[in-house]
Amino acid sequence: MQLTGAEIFLESLKREGVKTIFALPGGVVLKIFDVLHQQKDVEVILTRHEQGAGFMAVGSAKATGKPGVALITSGPGMTNVITALADAYMDSVPIVVFSGQVPTALIGNDAFQEADNIGLSRPCTKYNFLVKDVNDLAATIKEAFYIASTGRPGPVLVDIPKDVSMDKAEFKYPDSVSIRGYSPTYDGSKWKIKQAAEAIAKAKRPILYVGGGVVFSGASKELLELAEMTQIPVDMTLMALGGFPGNHPLSLGMLGMHGTYVANMAMHYSDLVIAVGARFDDRVTGKVSEFCPQAKVIHIDIDPTSIRKNVHVDIPIVGDCKRVLVELNTILQATVNGNQRDLRKPWWDQLHAWQTEHPLQYDQDPEGQIKPQYLIERVYKLTEGLDPIVSTDVGQHQMWTAQFFKLANPRTWLTSGGLGTMGFGFPAAMGAQAAYRNRLVLCIAGDGSFQMNTQELVSAVVAKLPVKVFVINNRFHGMVRQWQDLFYDGRYASSYLDQYPDFVKLAEAYGAAGVRIEKVGDVDAGIQEALSIDGPVVIDVPVYQYENCYPMIPAGGSNHEMLLGDPPDLKKPSPTGKKSSQQGQDTILTA
Amino acid sequence: MEHIISLSIENKFGSLSRVAGLFSGRGFNIESLSVAPTLDPSISMMTIVTTGEERIIEQILKQLNKVIDVIKVVDISESEYVERETALIKVHTRPEDRAEALRIADIFRANVVDSSPTSYTIEVTGDVPKIQAIINLLQPLGIKELVRTGRVAMGREPTRTASAQSRPLAKVN
Repeated sequence: MQLTGAEIFLESLKREGVKTIFALPGGVVLKIFDVLHQQKDVEVILTRHEQGAGFMAVGSAKATGKPGVALITSGPGMTNVITALADAYMDSVPIVVFSGQVPTALIGNDAFQEADNIGLSRPCTKYNFLVKDVNDLAATIKEAFYIASTGRPGPVLVDIPKDVSMDKAEFKYPDSVSIRGYSPTYDGSKWKIKQAAEAIAKAKRPILYVGGGVVFSGASKELLELAEMTQIPVDMTLMALGGFPGNHPLSLGMLGMHGTYVANMAMHYSDLVIAVGARFDDRVTGKVSEFCPQAKVIHIDIDPTSIRKNVHVDIPIVGDCKRVLVELNTILQATVNGNQRDLRKPWWDQLHAWQTEHPLQYDQDPEGQIKPQYLIERVYKLTEGLDPIVSTDVGQHQMWTAQFFKLANPRTWLTSGGLGTMGFGFPAAMGAQAAYRNRLVLCIAGDGSFQMNTQELVSAVVAKLPVKVFVINNRFHGMVRQWQDLFYDGRYASSYLDQYPDFVKLAEAYGAAGVRIEKVGDVDAGIQEALSIDGPVVIDVPVYQYENCYPMIPAGGSNHEMLLGDPPDLKKPSPTGKKSSQQGQDTILTA
Repeated sequence: MEHIISLSIENKFGSLSRVAGLFSGRGFNIESLSVAPTLDPSISMMTIVTTGEERIIEQILKQLNKVIDVIKVVDISESEYVERETALIKVHTRPEDRAEALRIADIFRANVVDSSPTSYTIEVTGDVPKIQAIINLLQPLGIKELVRTGRVAMGREPTRTASAQSRPLAKVN
């Protein structure tokens, strides 16, 4: 049967099992929207900005593991979605973005709302396609989903010119895909895995350094098995949170620039680093020349380019984390001798000492201003049993959430790691909520970050996505202010947000609910109130403005050289003062 | 150190920009690049000359392998290879220099492919030192224009044992 390109698009999405797409129309995609409007199989969530559509696709993909889908128009629609593509590329998130394009006859003529979508997206997609003939559309969509979701996952763009969406062709969806230049390696070299097992058996101070790859490949169970069998401590990257239970006695928490003291000390003094699906990002390695000076490095990763990109690797294993861990566990089960707990005792004694010496900590004066860490920890405690999906924006609140929210399950953590995109959290949470209508989805945002995509509040109201957004409101770009405190003599250049909006009124203006929590004593009740509201809620929490996030490894510093608190000469007002931090009462210090 | 990378790539819209973009985006260096279709018109061969320390070259090879349009990557310079480059050189010739220009061309087994009362266009093929040598010799006469193709290269077939083959990288993504 002959179908139009727009109908082929719809039929192809159905074949891929797509239930929801995030979309914003425009001139060249109207034919596709017209077709989507007349059916019920694929839900269209209308966003108010294409960046929102992109992040919703990312959130949906992170939560479900299946590609998220966005549909946007040419020109500005495309340029607006670029940030989400770049974000997904850095964090290996499978999304497929469909962009409209001007009719093929006009491409290259500087037509109205034309942009070189392929050229723009090339450096921030795993692959991209321009469909020039409607007869290629179905096969292209099949390839797009295949490339996005296999190997190291990533974003794929499919650019559809207006005439292609209107032309007709016979619809036949291919059963399989064969791309001669693309065949990811899933099984690790048995010989290398055997070497890794031998190194693990010999190591005295081994550490598992695990990244997002554990989550993407679904290797949490195998990781837990490996860690428990060998009693090796686990350091998680920001992307790995939830991939190993945060409360597990073998978990040392997050490592890196704002990682725990014990996690970073363990890396520095380890004699064997077992990297699983992590890429030795600069926020983890610190100063590369002083990174894990005594350690041999085993690196398991599906992407060969990740191996030896930043640090020397002794035993490289290219393969899918899950398959490699299954293989490794089998060998270790047969070879690991003796009581691992006794064997590892000296190492664990040291780790426990570091844990006790400098645990994560903050002071909360019950009469003083709310500390951001306290709020986040209370949200965690009060929702722990509900297995929430948690998203964050980027900055101090993100790091505190990473530190204090001890997630138990994979795919419950949505954060922008590699690109560090403010404005990510709220739309990402909406994407996850669209995929799991009945789960609790929380967004921990900063007041700076949240303002980068507040327009989606109305999308959440219309689409009935009851996301709960906690705005950790310090009236600052907090992480910027922290760096200015530490490295720019406290000159707060453009980090104070002065005329911040009233977030409760803002939420109400969009048709959502607003709650404000101002006193320490009201925190629990406020959280409960917000959770009880059926619909999207913005919870504005004015917090102590000058709290800084520690531990911190200054950029370019070595992993064992952490700042554990504010330097003694840092001038800032006390959080215990009776003056509450309501709007208009901020005190800005000038150094 | 200089490396010559030979790669086969899908001969389609945008493939070249994926490779070129990879080099520019990651700050890798391209000394020369030449590309043309193979016997199979759906595949192009590309020869890239690049420089960098071993770690950088390893990344370049891996990153090229990762490009979905790239089918196979070989570091030709890992073992024995032959390389050639062609140059077209337009030499300004005064009447008294014309014989000298022809003599130089002859010595380098170069061909004169165009002639005018005041110039010869000389085509020369060879390795880089040879091309550089003829350029040096023709320069005193006055070179009006010079174009070079960039290098193409191919691994040598073994003459005795099969051990010294150029080593193809396994295609992994």
